[in-house]
Amino acid sequence: MNIVVCVKYVPDSQSERTFQESDNTVDREATDGLLSELDEYAVEEALKIVEARGGGEVTVLTVGPAAAADAIKKALQMGAHRGVHVQDDAIHGSDAVATSLVLAEAVKKATDGSPELVLTGMASTDGTMGVVPAMMAERLGLPQVTYASELTVGDGTVTIRRDGDTASETVEASLPALVSVTDQINEPRYPSFKGIMAAKKKPVDTWSLADLGLEASQVGLDAAWTTVVTFAQRPPRAQGQIVTDEGEGGAKLAEFLSAQKFL
Amino acid sequence: MYELSKDHEDFRAVVREFATDAVEPHVAQWDRDHHFPTDLVPRMGDLGLFGLVVPEEFGGSLEHAEGGAFTNLCIAIEELGRVDQSIGITLSAGVGLGINPILTYGTDEQKQRFLPDLVAGRALAGFGLTEPDAGSDAGATRTKAVLDDAAGEWVVDGAKAFITNSGTDITSVVTVTARTGTLDDGRPEISAIMIPSGTPGFTVEPAYHKMGWNISDTHGLSFAGCRVPAGNLLGEQGRGFHQFLKTLDDGRIAISALALGLITRMREEAAAYAKTRTAFGRPIGVNQGVAFPVADLAVMEEAARLLTYRAAWLKDEHEAGRRSVEEVKQAAAKAKLYTSEAAVTATRIATQVFGGNGFMEEYPVARFYRDAKILEIGEGTSEVQRMVLAKGLGLPA
Repeated sequence: MNIVVCVKYVPDSQSERTFQESDNTVDREATDGLLSELDEYAVEEALKIVEARGGGEVTVLTVGPAAAADAIKKALQMGAHRGVHVQDDAIHGSDAVATSLVLAEAVKKATDGSPELVLTGMASTDGTMGVVPAMMAERLGLPQVTYASELTVGDGTVTIRRDGDTASETVEASLPALVSVTDQINEPRYPSFKGIMAAKKKPVDTWSLADLGLEASQVGLDAAWTTVVTFAQRPPRAQGQIVTDEGEGGAKLAEFLSAQKFL
Repeated sequence: MYELSKDHEDFRAVVREFATDAVEPHVAQWDRDHHFPTDLVPRMGDLGLFGLVVPEEFGGSLEHAEGGAFTNLCIAIEELGRVDQSIGITLSAGVGLGINPILTYGTDEQKQRFLPDLVAGRALAGFGLTEPDAGSDAGATRTKAVLDDAAGEWVVDGAKAFITNSGTDITSVVTVTARTGTLDDGRPEISAIMIPSGTPGFTVEPAYHKMGWNISDTHGLSFAGCRVPAGNLLGEQGRGFHQFLKTLDDGRIAISALALGLITRMREEAAAYAKTRTAFGRPIGVNQGVAFPVADLAVMEEAARLLTYRAAWLKDEHEAGRRSVEEVKQAAAKAKLYTSEAAVTATRIATQVFGGNGFMEEYPVARFYRDAKILEIGEGTSEVQRMVLAKGLGLPA
């Protein structure tokens, strides 16, 4: 089985992230970027499926600036077989709708129009909208089974477990399908030394919008359905409140929690 | 000269990620509990850390290293050592003392039997040279092995001291040096013999109470009528000590890498603390009394890095036949001597910058302070390194 995993290159969530003043988009220069941690679960799951079935290829696909090649590299080091990097200056500032268009077209091109299984993370760690998987599935005409915390590939079907607040659902869909996975599904591997060295020799295709038959006008800031009008730094966290216990500490604590509606 | 390649740095990034995510969160607790994390070893194996200098036929990746295999091992030891020295030495000893002697001197059968599990991190091996009364003076070895011809077995009696990785749940074998006869000139004939864990007569003594390296597994070993097949001789009979000497240079460079990881961490910790800790309304780093020693840490780190990786590079070049063993030996002694002594100084500086907090175990500098001292002792004391260097300079022995 051949699997396409869509991944995103994001600013490191451990660092100070901000927007750039010029066009209110993410400032990618200000922080180091990396493969979104949430996407590592999708890469790991794809590798596990291919390994268990004893065959097939994992293609890792990303849309992003030149530096996004690092996200592909990490996935190749983990064991993915080949990479596709859609890179075009016109894509800068694209919203989820446009991103899903580019990804969907790239999936089609990478699979000669017939994907078997497309995997994604549950959301990116920067935008955290979690809507791109559903949009892609719609564009590709595939069943979408999302938020999988367990995934089983059967004969012509996929079955997932989706954990909700009150119940866990078991959902089955026919293949081909698009599945988004949560951070509960597995524990992503670290690349091995052999994996790091092997990744250097793996093929990575770089495609432009034109290669996908798309126009610049369909993507980017101008085509976005929503616009970030303004942004402001969050105020620094206020100083905590210290209650000195003079025999009534418990009561004061309860009072505080009650006022904050924790009780 | 040399520089670390892009591949080396890619590898460093992965080991750092592993060390930060999988090791760092646990080490304070493990140190308190004197707990050896057996489960971590196969995970290190999955990263390929035990197989960096081992050919692919035994599960390693030597052929993929493009000439920089030993340098990669040093990078891994440095990065683990930056998070915890015990974990760093577990790798260093696992490869240098556990795997290397078998890889270098083992028969095909011995290699096939032990190496795949050791490389995968499913097992660990130790090397027993030091004895209660014999350290660098290996001629004083008292442990003896007598060949029982009729049974085709070695009978080993004696004791070994301070043996790393010798008593873990997954230790599969300990190679020990033992007297197997007397040479014409009266000196003992020393050979290396492999003693599988669990062999009757082989006792692993209770773990030592150490000042540092609390997470590392260290035991005394004793042998009483311990019988192993004659085929457990490792390498040539009578070459046991000579064989061991050849692994010493590697071990010294590895200890340098471990010390480098420590110095780097002390520089990071001290600089960060000097920026954030305030006294009299200002960060303490504005005071030259704090700032200057922190600046010195940056110099120590750089010097340690250059000495360590130059020695590692020479070792890789030696493996490729381009440098002599004597060059490696001298570079290894210089690196080991400087980095280990700088490491002790670095922890002293860092704890001083931390003030009272530096004496508290809730800050990592206290653990590194306890861990540093052994670096000046293990794999040849500072004095032994100076002996090697003085000899290299042609001074009378």
